[in-house]
Amino acid sequence: MNWAPKNIPEILTATWQHLVLSVSSVLIGLVIALILGILCARRQRLYAFVLTITGIIFVIPSLALFALLIPWLGLGTKPALVGLSSYCLLILLRNVVTGLRGVPSDVLGAADGMGYSAWQRLVRIELPLALPLIVSGVRIALVTVIGIATVAAFIDGGGLGTIILMGIDQSYTEKILVGGILTALMATFFDVLLSKAEKLLVQG
Amino acid sequence: MLVTAFTWIINNQSEFYEALGRHLVMSGVSLAFALMIGLPLAVLIINRGGLAMIVINTINALRTIPSLAILAIMMPLLGIGLWPSIVALTVLALPPILLNSFIGLRDVDPDAVEAATGMGMSRRQILTKIRVPLAAPAMFAGARTAAVQVLAGATLAPFIGGGGLGDFIAVGISMMDMSRLLVGAIPIAILALATEFILGLAEKYFFGERATA
Repeated sequence: MNWAPKNIPEILTATWQHLVLSVSSVLIGLVIALILGILCARRQRLYAFVLTITGIIFVIPSLALFALLIPWLGLGTKPALVGLSSYCLLILLRNVVTGLRGVPSDVLGAADGMGYSAWQRLVRIELPLALPLIVSGVRIALVTVIGIATVAAFIDGGGLGTIILMGIDQSYTEKILVGGILTALMATFFDVLLSKAEKLLVQG
Repeated sequence: MLVTAFTWIINNQSEFYEALGRHLVMSGVSLAFALMIGLPLAVLIINRGGLAMIVINTINALRTIPSLAILAIMMPLLGIGLWPSIVALTVLALPPILLNSFIGLRDVDPDAVEAATGMGMSRRQILTKIRVPLAAPAMFAGARTAAVQVLAGATLAPFIGGGGLGDFIAVGISMMDMSRLLVGAIPIAILALATEFILGLAEKYFFGERATA
């Protein structure tokens, strides 16, 4: 341990970048997944189509996906954000739709009977009931994205991957370990935190 | 850009096919190793509660380490080149194979197990004649996930001198040569999609439409 104690600010900056990149990618993904999910929850053919597209994106290896974006978006945070948020679409969309479909039809009927508009029913009944599954989707997406975000360093996206890549270039084991372990800790932290949130939501 | 990329492949066929071959060999060998380790290990731990807990928890912890770090850490341990990459990819492929097999073996229909016990089968016989055949779809699903993950991981192998199609992406980014970037990225994407598609069809063919974990 020679390098880490002397370079705390650099490590903190990379960790912060990694956090911001991962969280904002999942948030962007969530907004898109919510819109798509609401649109296709009751439209089976549209859902099958959107599921195929997001499935294709999910299967493409991360480095290749980033590489395909570079000719249009260049290097840096932009392709990293676009790549990472398209990655988590499949996970998020599946959970949003499963959650919305899980709302019992007599509950929907009761809401209609009470004179709720489609929008009111969505915001007051369907989304709250689907929330545990949506949170579960966010958890899986975030854990996945935190891991993949290390690759974003290679396209100048910053984050903890930068430290790992530096370690590879300089054959500096400590840097590889610091980058790898911090990423794993961040993923585990959110996994535990969001699992707790999920349990609270199910009970509450 | 696409045309330039295609022309490059035509003009440098031997280099392209060598990288493609390496990519496939690296992924195939790693997947084979992971299957050879993961499947017996799942069978071995299924009747041993304490050991199973340790193995499953280790595997779950392993899963949070990013693939880039797993590849990178092979460098100080094993050096650079093809073999360190294969070891890293085997480590990457292990979790889905082991976890799916374990869950498949564990969650076999209890009625089937009870019937077998009633017929006087030993625990060992129940494992080989009831659990393993019934868990085959879950095992296959694990192998399918692992295959796609290994192909993605193999893309990162050039970082530790493992070669493969990712080399073209690395060169493309360092020289900002867009067509070279595509020479790597497009075949990698097609390879991953084709693997997923073919294994998905195989799953349906062998095990029917039943959704597996």
